[in-house]
Amino acid sequence: MSSEGSYYVPEQSKLPIFASLGLFLTVYGAANWLNGDDSGPTIFFFGGLVFAFVLWQWFSTVITENINGLNSTQLKKSYVWGMGWFIFSEVMFFAAFFGALFYIRTMALPWLGGEGDKGVTNEILWQGFEAQWPLMVTPDMAVNGDAAQVKGPAQSMSFSSVESIWTWLPFWNTVILLTSSVTVHFAHTALKNNARKGFVGWLGLTVFLGICFLILQVEEYVEAYQHMGLTLETGAYGTTFFMLTGFHGAHVTLGTFMLLVMFLRAALKGHFHHDDCFGFEAASWYWHFVDVVWVGLFIFVYILG
Amino acid sequence: MAHGPAKGISRWLFTTNHKDIGTMYLWFSFAMFLMGGVFALVIRAELFEPGLQIVQPEFFNQMTTMHGLVMVFGAVMPAFVGLANWMVPMMIGAPDMALPRMNNWSFWILPFAFAMLASTLLMEGGAPNFGWTFYAPLSTTYAPPSVTFFIFAVHIMGASSIMGSINIIATILNMRAPGMTFMKMPLFVWTWLITAYLLIAVMPVLAGVVTMMLMDIHFGTSFFDAAGGGDPVLFQHVFWFFGHPEVYIMILPAFGVVSQIIPTFARKPLFGYASMVYATSSIAFLSFIVWAHHMFTVGMPVAGELFFMYATMLIAVPTGVKVFNWVTTMFKGSMTFETPMLFSLAFVVLFTIGGFSGLMLAIAPADFQYHDTYFVVAHFHYVLVPGAIFSITAAVYYWLPKWCGRMYDETMGKTHFWLAFLGLNLTFFPMHFVGLAGMPRRIPDYALQFADFNMIASVGAFLFGAAQILFLYNVIATIKKGKPATDEVWENPEGLEWTVASPAPYHTFTTPPQVK
Amino acid sequence: MLSRVGRLSACLLGLATMVGVNSTALAEEVERWGVNMPVGVTQVSRETYGLHMDIFWWCVGIGVVVFGVMFYTMIVHRKSNGAKASNFHESTTLEIIWTVVPFLILIIMAIPATKTLLKIYDFSETDMDIVVTGYQWKWKYEYLGEEVSFFSSLSTPREQIDNLAPKGPNYLLEVDEPLIIPTGKKVRFLITANDVIHAWWVPDLAVKRDAIPGYVNESWTIVDEPGVFRGQCAELCGKDHGFMPIVVKALPQDEFDQWLQTKKAEAATLRALTEKEFTFDELYSQGEAVYNRVCAACHQVNGAGVAGVFPAIKGSAIATGQMAAHLDIIVNGSKKNPAMAAFGPQLSEVDIASVITFQRNAFGNNMGDSVQPIDVLKFKQGGQ
Ligand code: HEA
Ligand code: HEA
Ligand code: HEC
Ligand code: CUA
Ligand SMILES: [Cu+2]
Repeated sequence: MSSEGSYYVPEQSKLPIFASLGLFLTVYGAANWLNGDDSGPTIFFFGGLVFAFVLWQWFSTVITENINGLNSTQLKKSYVWGMGWFIFSEVMFFAAFFGALFYIRTMALPWLGGEGDKGVTNEILWQGFEAQWPLMVTPDMAVNGDAAQVKGPAQSMSFSSVESIWTWLPFWNTVILLTSSVTVHFAHTALKNNARKGFVGWLGLTVFLGICFLILQVEEYVEAYQHMGLTLETGAYGTTFFMLTGFHGAHVTLGTFMLLVMFLRAALKGHFHHDDCFGFEAASWYWHFVDVVWVGLFIFVYILG
Repeated sequence: MAHGPAKGISRWLFTTNHKDIGTMYLWFSFAMFLMGGVFALVIRAELFEPGLQIVQPEFFNQMTTMHGLVMVFGAVMPAFVGLANWMVPMMIGAPDMALPRMNNWSFWILPFAFAMLASTLLMEGGAPNFGWTFYAPLSTTYAPPSVTFFIFAVHIMGASSIMGSINIIATILNMRAPGMTFMKMPLFVWTWLITAYLLIAVMPVLAGVVTMMLMDIHFGTSFFDAAGGGDPVLFQHVFWFFGHPEVYIMILPAFGVVSQIIPTFARKPLFGYASMVYATSSIAFLSFIVWAHHMFTVGMPVAGELFFMYATMLIAVPTGVKVFNWVTTMFKGSMTFETPMLFSLAFVVLFTIGGFSGLMLAIAPADFQYHDTYFVVAHFHYVLVPGAIFSITAAVYYWLPKWCGRMYDETMGKTHFWLAFLGLNLTFFPMHFVGLAGMPRRIPDYALQFADFNMIASVGAFLFGAAQILFLYNVIATIKKGKPATDEVWENPEGLEWTVASPAPYHTFTTPPQVK
Repeated sequence: MLSRVGRLSACLLGLATMVGVNSTALAEEVERWGVNMPVGVTQVSRETYGLHMDIFWWCVGIGVVVFGVMFYTMIVHRKSNGAKASNFHESTTLEIIWTVVPFLILIIMAIPATKTLLKIYDFSETDMDIVVTGYQWKWKYEYLGEEVSFFSSLSTPREQIDNLAPKGPNYLLEVDEPLIIPTGKKVRFLITANDVIHAWWVPDLAVKRDAIPGYVNESWTIVDEPGVFRGQCAELCGKDHGFMPIVVKALPQDEFDQWLQTKKAEAATLRALTEKEFTFDELYSQGEAVYNRVCAACHQVNGAGVAGVFPAIKGSAIATGQMAAHLDIIVNGSKKNPAMAAFGPQLSEVDIASVITFQRNAFGNNMGDSVQPIDVLKFKQGGQ
C-alpha cells in the first residue's frame, strides 16, 4: 500500500483481470448453455464460482483497507459517487422495460386492435382481435384459434376488486417492501446515534422482510405457472409481467444479499461506525431504489394492469 | 509514492495506473480499428465491381455487421476512454483515476468481449449478419445461433463502459486539484464529463434491448412479435434511444480534443469557452429526444415524425456554435500547421460537411428518399472517420511526445495526413452520389449505374488503409527512436499536462498543484 | 473493365470542368452521371426533390461562408506570414448572432418540409388498394377486392451475377412480374411483411415504407404518365436483401383494366389445372423451374444447401423419406426454423406437387415417386 498526502493509489492488483475472466466464463458458459451445448452449464457454474470468489476477495480487500485507515476522505467520496451513478444506470435499465410496457399498451395493441394510425393492420392481418389489457386473447389466438402458437394467459395478476385486497398478494408485498424501507432507515438512524443494538436489530428485521418478500414473490410465480396459465410465453402480458417483476425480484435478491452481508459484518465483526459506514449506506440506498421500482411496478403492472 | 512500473507482463495485467491502462486502451482500440478496417476492405473489395466476386452475400452481411460493431464499440469508444484515462487526471491535477482497480477491470473485460464476438465468425451458421443495428426479427427469430454470443458480448462490454464512465465522472467531480473550478476545466474534461453521463444513461438501455432479444429467442417472450401483442418497431425505439446518444458519445470527446488543439496552434485562447460548455450540454440533452429520426420510414404517426424532425434540426444550432467558435479561435491567430493541427482543421471542415448531410437527413420527407441508401453511409462516415478517427489521430500526435517523451517525425506525420485525407474523401465522397442516385446500403452487389463511383470508393479505401499502416509505423518509430521532446512540446500550450516532464512520470501530481 | 476506367477518367474530367460552368450545364452533368436524387414522376417526388435541393443549397451557402472565413484565416493569419496572435476570446453579441441566424434558417426549412410531410400522410380518397407483402426475398402484390395476387422476384439470371455472362442493362433491377398500376389514380399501398422487416422503395415515386411483419403501413402514389419505375428493398432482410428489386409499371386505365381481366382468367385456369393429372416428366421439369426460382436461393441450385444455415436437399432425410413429411415441411414450413417458411399459401398446388417431385428425384435422390396437385390440395384441406 502506498499513500502519500491525501491521495491513496492502490498497488497493483490481480483482482480485475480475474474478475474479467470470471465474468467472461460465466457469460460464455451461459451462451453455450442456451445454445444447447453440453459444456455450457459446467463453464457457466465454474465461471460464476470464479467471479463470486474474486468479488468476495475484492470486497474483503476494500473493507480491510478501510479498517486500516488507508482510505482518504476523498476516496470515500469516490465510492459514494460510484454507487450513486451505478444506481442511476440501474434506473435506466428499468426504464427500458417500463418503456416497452408503455409502448405495447398505448401504441402497439391499439394498432393491432384497429385504432389509430396503423389501424388498417387489424383489417388486413388480425381481423377479430380486440385491444385489451391485460392481454388475455393474443392477436394470434384471435385469428388462428386453437392453432395459435402464442396463447394468452388464463388469468391475470391485476387488481380485481377492492373487497379482495386483503387476500391480494401484491398488496402484501407492497406493505412488506415499504416497511422494509422504513426499517432500514431506522437502522441507519440508530447507527448514527451510536445505538448499535438498534442498528443490528433493525437491519436484521430488514433482511427478514426482504426474504419474506422473496418468498411471497416465488409463491406468486408458482401460482402463475401452475394455476393461472400465466407464463413468459403467454404473449405481451406474460412477457412484460415476468420481465418487470422478474428483474425487480433479481434486484431484491441482490439487495437482500447485500443487506445480509452488512448485517453479518455488523453483528459478527462489529463493523460500521457512526461516521464511517458507507458499505451499509450503499446497500441501503440500493434497497430504497429497489423499493421505488416496486412502487412503479405496483402502480403500472398491478393496479393499472 | 516513488515506485515506478512493475517489470514484465504483470505491469499490464495487474496495473492500477491510469497511464498504463490508457496505453492499453489505445493499443487495443488501434488493433480493433485494423480489424474493423480489414472487414471494411472486404466490403470495398467486393463492391469494387458489380457482380459477386470475392464473398457470398451471407458472408458480406457478416462483414458489414462486424465492421460496424467493431468500429463503434471496439475502435472509437475504447480509444476515447484511453485518451480520458491518460489525460483527464493529468488535466485536472489528479494523481490517478478515482477508482484505479475498477479502471483496470473496465479495460480487461474488453479483450474477452471482443474475442467472444470475433469468435462468432468461426461458428456454425456464421457471425451476426443483421447489421450493427440488429433489427428484430432478423436478429431474433431469423438469427444464426451465434447471436447468443453476440448478446452476451454486448452485455459485458456495456458493463465495461458503465464502469469506465462511473470512474471518469467520479474522477472529474471528486479529484480536481484545488482551484480547478468547473468553469476552469479544460474542454476535453468537460466533454468527457458529459459523455460519461450519456454513457451511463444509455448503455443500460442497450443492455435492456439485447436482454429482450435474448428472451424472445430463448424463452418464448413476445416483445417483438405481433402475434403475441409485441411489435418489431419496439425494438427500434429502444435501440435508438441508446443508438442516437451513442453517436454523440463518439463525437463529444472529439469536440473536446479539437478544442484543446486549435488554440495551441492558433496561439490564441479558445473563443467562447463558456458557450462551448453550454453547447455541449445542449447537444447531450437534445440527443435524448431525437432518436426516431432513424425511423422516419417505419410508419410513425405524423405527430411523431414532426416532433423528431424539429428536435433533430435543432441540434444544428449548438453544433454550429461550436464550429463558429473554432473558426473564430483561429481568426487573427498566429497559425502553424503541425500534424495535430492539420488533422484538427480537416476535422472542422469534414465534420461540418457530415453535419450538413445529417441536417439533410433530418428533413423527414427527404429522408424517405435518403433512408437506407449510401447517402446515409456517406453521412455517418463523414462524421465518424474525419470526425472521431481524425480527432483521435490528432490527439495521439498532440500528446504522444508527452506520453513517451519523444517527438514524432513531422514529415511522416504530414504524409500520413495527406494520404488519409485524400483516401478518405475518395472513399466517402462518391457515396453521396450513389446514395442519392438510389443505391441501397448493405448490399453485396449493385446495379450498373453505380459502378464508377463504387470503384473510386474502393480505391480510396485501400489508400486510406495504407495511410494507417504509415501511422502505425510512425508511432512505433517515435516510441523507439524519436528525438527527445521538451516538457512543453509545443509553443506555450495551455494546460496542466504540459507542466510535468516529458515523458510524463509514472505518477503525476501526487501532491495536487494549485490552480489559479 | 478497361472501358470502365476510361469512363471513370472521363467522369472525373467532367466533374473537374463542372466548376465554373453555369448552372444549367451543371444540372445536365449531374443528370448524366447520376449524382443526384431523381426528380421522379409524381407530385410528391417533385416536392421532395425540391426540399432536397433547398436544404442542399442552404448548406452550401453556410459552408461557403464558414469555410471561406476559415480558409481566409488559414492563409492570412499564419505565423509564417508574420501574423501576431491577438487575444480576444469572447463576444456575447457574436454568440447570439450565430445562435439566432441558424435557428431562423431552420425555421425557413421546416415550413415546406412540414407541408410536404402532411401531404404524404394524407391517405384519404384513394381509388384502389394494393397489399404489398415482403417475403425473404420477393414481393407479393395483392389487388384488394379483385382476387388477383402474384409474387414478383428477381429475374436477372444467376450467370450474370456470377460474372459468367455479360450483365444486362437492368441488371438486378428486373423482375419476373412487375406491379401494374393505372395512371392518374390515387393508388394506396398497404405494406406489410411475412417474415422480417423489408422496405418497399421506388425512388421515382418517392415512396419508401418499411414492411413490418404483423403490422400494416400505408402509403400512396399518383403516377401521371405511363412508364416503368425501378426500385429495391431498402431494409436489410437477410442474405438476398440486395436481390429483391421492385418494378412498377404504370399503364393507362384501359390497358390496366385489360391486364386485370387477363390476370383473373389466368387465376381461373390455374385453379382448373389442380384437377389435372400430370406426367412425371411434366412435374419434374416444371418442378425444376419452381425450385430454381423459389428454393434455390437457400438450398442452392445444386441442392447442396449452405452448411450450417440451409440444409442440403441432396440426400436429405425428408426429401428421401416419407411423402407426408415432405409435403408437411413445404406446405406448413418448419417449426424449428422459420427461414423455411410455409409455402402452402405462397405456391399453387401444381407448383408444390412439381417441386416435390423434382426434389425427390434430382441431385441423385432418385426416389422414383411423384405427387399430383390434387393430392397436395387434399393434404392442404385434410388438416395439417
Ligand atoms: C459521430 C457520429 C454522428 C454525428 C455527430 C451525427 C450528427 C448528426 N446526424 Fe447522424 N448518424 C450517425 C452518426 C452521427 N450523426 C450514424 C452512425 C448514423 C447511421 C446509423 C445507421 O443507420 O447505421 C446516422 C444517421 C442519421 C440519420 C438517419 C438517417 C437514416 O437512416 O435515414 C439522421 C436523420 O436525421 C441523422 C442526422 C444527424 C444530424 C442532424 C446530426 C447533427 O448533429 C449534425 C449537426 C452539425 C451541423 C449541422 C454542421 C455544423 C453546423 C453549422 C455550421 C451551423 C449552421 C448550419 C445550419 C443551420 C444548416 N443521422
Ligand atoms: C467509427 C466507425 C467507423 C469507421 C472508422 C469506419 C471506417 C470505414 N468504413 Fe464503415 N461503417 C461504420 C462505422 C465505421 N466505418 C458503421 C457503423 C457502418 C454500418 C454498418 C451496418 O450497416 O450495419 C459502416 C458501414 C460501412 C460500409 C457500408 C457497408 C454496407 O452497407 O454494406 C462501407 C462500405 O464501403 C464502409 C466502409 C468503410 C471504410 C472503407 C472505412 C475505412 O475508414 C477503414 C480504414 C481502415 C483500414 C483500411 C484498416 C487498415 C488496415 C490494413 C490495411 C490491414 C493491415 C492489417 C494488419 C496490420 C493486421 N463502412
Ligand atoms: C429462406 C430460405 C429457404 C427457402 C427459400 C426455402 N427453404 Fe427449405 N429449408 C430452409 C431451412 C432453414 C430449412 C431447415 C429447417 C429445419 O431445420 O427445420 C429448410 C428445410 C427444407 C427441407 C427439409 C430438409 C431436411 O432434410 O431437413 C426441405 C425438403 C425443403 N426445405 C424444401 C424447400 C422447398 C421445396 C423450397 C421452395 C419451394 C424451399 N425449401 C425454400 C430454408 C429455405
Ligand atoms: Cu427485403 Cu431487404
Ligand atoms: Cu441519430
